[in-house]
Amino acid sequence: MVSIQTALTAFKRSPLLSALSITTIAFSLFAFGLFGLVALNIRDALQRVEERVEIRAFVADGTAIEQITAAADEIAKYPEVLKVEIVTQDQALARARKELGEFSDVFDGQFLPSSLDVKLKPGFRDPKTVRKVVDQVKGYDFVDDVRYGEEWIAQLYRLRNIAGAAGIALGLAFAAVAIIIIGATIRMAVLARSREISIMRLVGATDGFIRRPFLIEGSIKGVLGGLLALLLTYLAMRVLDQYLHFQTAFFDRRLATLGVVFGAIMGLLGSAVSVGRHLRRI
Amino acid sequence: MVRFQKVTKIYPRAAGGAAALRDVTFGVAKGEFVFLTGPSGAGKSTILRLLYMDERPTSGEVRVSGFSSREVKRREIPELRRKLGIIFQDFRLLEDRTAEGNVAFALEVIGTPKSAIPNKVSRALTQVGLASKARAYPRELSGGEQQRVAFARALVNDPFVLVADEPTGNLDERATRGIFQLLREINAAGTAVLMATHNLELVRSSEYRCIELNHGEIVFDSADVPAISLEID
Repeated sequence: MVSIQTALTAFKRSPLLSALSITTIAFSLFAFGLFGLVALNIRDALQRVEERVEIRAFVADGTAIEQITAAADEIAKYPEVLKVEIVTQDQALARARKELGEFSDVFDGQFLPSSLDVKLKPGFRDPKTVRKVVDQVKGYDFVDDVRYGEEWIAQLYRLRNIAGAAGIALGLAFAAVAIIIIGATIRMAVLARSREISIMRLVGATDGFIRRPFLIEGSIKGVLGGLLALLLTYLAMRVLDQYLHFQTAFFDRRLATLGVVFGAIMGLLGSAVSVGRHLRRI
Repeated sequence: MVRFQKVTKIYPRAAGGAAALRDVTFGVAKGEFVFLTGPSGAGKSTILRLLYMDERPTSGEVRVSGFSSREVKRREIPELRRKLGIIFQDFRLLEDRTAEGNVAFALEVIGTPKSAIPNKVSRALTQVGLASKARAYPRELSGGEQQRVAFARALVNDPFVLVADEPTGNLDERATRGIFQLLREINAAGTAVLMATHNLELVRSSEYRCIELNHGEIVFDSADVPAISLEID
C-alpha cells in the first residue's frame, strides 16, 4: 500500500521526468511495434501464398469413380491433409475455361484428365511433408502423374525461413534497444531519488521496501508507454492505409495485450536492474 | 555493545593501497559518550561506516549489538540500522518534506503502524526542542534547526547508540553549543554516543572519553590513561 502511494507520489513529484520516461518507452516500443507490424504483414502475405500449396494427382482415363472416391476418402484421413476434392473431367474443363478465358473456345471435349486436388493443413506445407504426401498419393495405381510445384514450394519456404530468421534477429535487436533505453530512463528516475534512497537505507529500510515503489513505478510507466506505443502504431498504420493505400493488418487483441504486457515487463525489469545496481553500489 | 577487534580497512582503489584503518581495537560501553578525533583522512568516518556496516572490514571484526561483521548478511543490516541513530554533517534531510515529515519518514520506511507515527514524531521533535517548527520545511530552518530535525529522526526509533559524523561541522559556535548540549541530554537519557569531530575545544571542554586517530591508527585513547595524568596534561 505504502509502495503504491510512494510510486504515485513519484509521478506527482516529477511529472516532467515521468512524462519523459513514458514517452521514451513509448517510442522504443513504437519502433518495435512498427517492426512487428511489418513482420505480421509479411507473415500474413506468406500465409496467403502458402494456402495455395496444393497437390494435384491426375487420374488415368477410365478409372471408375468409386475407386477415385474410395482413394479420396483414404487420402483425406492422412494427418497432414486438410481436404481432398475430386475434380472430374467436366469440372477440369470448366475450370480451364474460366482460368484461361481468351482460349475458352480452344477447349472442347473431355481431353483434360480428372484429378484429386489435395489441400494440406497449415504447418504441413513444407517441401518435405509435401513430398511425403505426394509419394503416398503416387502409390495408387490409377494415378498417372502428380503435380505440386516443387520448385515453387521450395522457394516459398526459403523465403519464409529467411523472413523468419531476419524477423527474429531484428526483433531481438529492437527488443534489446527498447530494454536498454527503458533501463536508462528508469535509471534517471532512480538517480533523481538517490538521496532519498540513501536516507532510507540509513534509517533501516530493507532493500525490498526501497525497491518496491520503483518496480511499481516502472511497470506503470511500461504499461502507459505500451498503450501510447500501440496508439502510435495504429495511427502510423492508418496513415499508411490512407495515403499509400497499403492494405495492412493490425495486431489482434491478443497481440496488442501482449505488447502492453511486454511494456510492463520491460518497465519492471528495467527498474529491477537499475535499482538493484544502485542498491549494490551504495 | 560496540566492539572493534583488530580492524583493518583497505580501500582497494585508494592511492597506493594505503589502509584507511590499521589494527584498530576499541569498545564503546552501554551509555558511554566517546569522541573520535583526528585530522581529515585519519579514519574517523571509516570507523563510523564500519559501525553501521556500510562497509565491512578487510580484516578483524566489528561487533555491534550482537551483529558481527563476519557473519551479518546484507538483508540483516536494516535490522541493525534500526537500532542506531545516524547523524551527518550535511543533515541529509528530504527537502520536500516538512520537519515532521522527515522524522515520520524514518518510521514509515520500517513499517511502523500509521496510528503510532504522529505521537512518536511529536515526542522526538519535542525532545530536540523543535516542536514549534514541526510544519517547517528544511529550507525554512537554520542549520542548527535542520540538524535538530536530523537528531529527531535519529532518535525517533529509540536507538541504543547515536553515531554522529561531524554533526557540528556546518554550524556556527552558538548552534554547535546547542547541538552539543542536546547530545549530552541524549546521552544522559541512556543512549551511547559516538561522535566524530574536528572541534578540539568541544572535546577539551568535556569530561568524555576521547579516541584520537592518525593515519588509520589509534594514537590516543583517554580510557587507557589514568584520570590523574589527564589533569596534568
